[in-house]
Amino acid sequence: MKLNLTSILVRDTQADRIVPPTGFTARLTLIAAAAMAFLTVFALALSLASGRLAARWGGELAQSSTLRISAPAEQMAAQTAAALRVLDTTPGISLARALSAEEQAKLLEPWFGPDLPLETLPVPQLIEIAETAEGYDAAGLRLRLQTEVPGAVLDDHGRWRRPLERAAARLRLLGWASILLIGATMAIMITLAANAALAANAQVISVLRLIGAQDDYIAEAFVRRFTVRALSGAAAGTVLGCGAVLLLPAAQAEGGILTGLGFQGVAWLCPVLIPPIAAAVAFVATRGAAHRTLSELS
Amino acid sequence: MIEFENTAYSYGGGELLSDISLKLSPGSFHFLTGPSGAGKTTFLKLCYGALHPTAGHVRLFDQDVRGMNRDDLAMMRRRVGVVHQDCQFLNHLPVADNVALPLTVSGRDNLDQVSNLKELMNWVGLGNRASAFPPELSGGERQRAALARAVIMSPDVVLADEPTGNVDWEMSQRLLQLLIELNKMGKTIMIATHDMNLIRTAKSKVQARVLRISNRRLQLAGADL
Repeated sequence: MKLNLTSILVRDTQADRIVPPTGFTARLTLIAAAAMAFLTVFALALSLASGRLAARWGGELAQSSTLRISAPAEQMAAQTAAALRVLDTTPGISLARALSAEEQAKLLEPWFGPDLPLETLPVPQLIEIAETAEGYDAAGLRLRLQTEVPGAVLDDHGRWRRPLERAAARLRLLGWASILLIGATMAIMITLAANAALAANAQVISVLRLIGAQDDYIAEAFVRRFTVRALSGAAAGTVLGCGAVLLLPAAQAEGGILTGLGFQGVAWLCPVLIPPIAAAVAFVATRGAAHRTLSELS
Repeated sequence: MIEFENTAYSYGGGELLSDISLKLSPGSFHFLTGPSGAGKTTFLKLCYGALHPTAGHVRLFDQDVRGMNRDDLAMMRRRVGVVHQDCQFLNHLPVADNVALPLTVSGRDNLDQVSNLKELMNWVGLGNRASAFPPELSGGERQRAALARAVIMSPDVVLADEPTGNVDWEMSQRLLQLLIELNKMGKTIMIATHDMNLIRTAKSKVQARVLRISNRRLQLAGADL
C-alpha cells in the first residue's frame, strides 16, 4: 500500500481536484470531528484526574498507619512509651513517632476551632507509624498491643484507602472507555460520510477507472479530504475543550474530584495527541470505505 | 495485441456474443458494425477489460483479462485509448483538464506534457475551448475532446464507440481524418459504427477491414460495402 498518512498530509496534488468539492458535507464532518475531540478532552481530563486522585490517596495513605492510645491521663505517658517500644521492635516498621501536643492540637483545630482548651479534654495520644516497603503484620501487631498496651487501637488506613482507590480506578476506567467509544463513534461517522461521498461520486470514480486510474489513486483523493477534515475539526475541538477545562474553577488544596478536573504539567501533552489520533482514525476509516466501495465497482 | 479465443459473452440468460476468435495486429484499422443492440459496445468493453468473457479467453497485450487484478487492469487501460459513446467527462473540470486526466491519474502531468496537451488540443481543433466545461461543448466538440483524451497517453490501441453518433457529416469526416492520422502513426484503430458512408469514405483512404456482428457471431465483411 503506497498510501500512507504523512504523504496524505504533505502532498497536495491535483488528485484533490478530481473529486468535485462538497461544501456542506465537508462542514458536517468538520463539526462532528470537533465535537468528538471536545468530548475526548473531557473524558481525558476525567481519566487523568481520577488517576491522579487514586495515586494521591494511595501514596499518602499507603505505608502509613496510626496508633491511637486512649488511656487515663496518668497512664498515658507509660502506655505511649510501651507502645513505642513494641513498635520499635516490630519488623516492617521504619519509624514510630508520638505526635506532640501542638501537632495534635493542629489536627483538631479544623473541627473544634483554635480556642478550645484541648488540655482539659481526654484527647487520645496519636503515634504516627511509617512502614518499610515490605510492610508489617497488622494482625500480629494488634495481638501484641492487646497484651502490652490495652488502650491502643491500630488504624492501618487500608479500610479507608481501598474503596477510594477502587472508586478512583473505576472512574479512570470509565474515562478511558468513553475515549474508546468516542473514537469508535468517530470512525463510524467518518465511514458513513465517506460512503456517502463515494456513492455521490460513483460517476467520477467510474470515469477515473476507465482512463486507467488505480484504486489507490482514487482512494487517496477521498482519504486525504476526510483526514484533513478530521484533523482540522479535531484541532478546533481540542482547543475549545482545553479552553473549557482551563476555565473550570481551580482545584483547592484538598482537591475534590470535581474541582481537580484538568491537566497538570506533562499531562497537557495528552490533548495535543487528540487531533493526530483523530486524523489517523479518519485515515483508516476512509481508506477502508474507499477500498470496499472500489472493489465492488468494475 | 488484442486477442479473442472462442470468446462468448452472455447477459443474464441470453448469449449476446458467441464463439468469437480474432486477433488484432498492431497498426491495423478495423470497423465494427452491426445492427443496434448486436453487441458492438459489449465487444469493445471486452477489448478494454470492462467486461470479462463468460466463456473462452480474451488476451490483452498477451495477458489474459481473467488473470489481471484491478491494478493490472488500470495499467492496461493506459495503453488503450477509448472514445466512449457518451464521452464520460468529469463535468466539474475544464476540457483541458479532462483531456489531461489520464496523465494526471498516472502521475505524468509534468511540464513537457503540458505543451503536448496544447498541441493536442489544437490538433483536434479545441485550442480555444480549453477552459470551457464539458457541458458547454457541442456534440462534435465533445467527441473531439474525447478523442484527444483517448490518445494523450499515446496508447497502442484506440477504440472508438460510435464517435460520429451525434455529429454531422462534416464533423464525422473530420473525426475520421484524425483517426486515420493516428493509424498512420502506427496506432491500432477499432471504430464501432453503423454509418456505412463513414466506412466507405475510410476505405478510400486507408486499408480498413470491416467486422460485422450478426447472429451473435463476428464475421469479416467482404469488400462489397
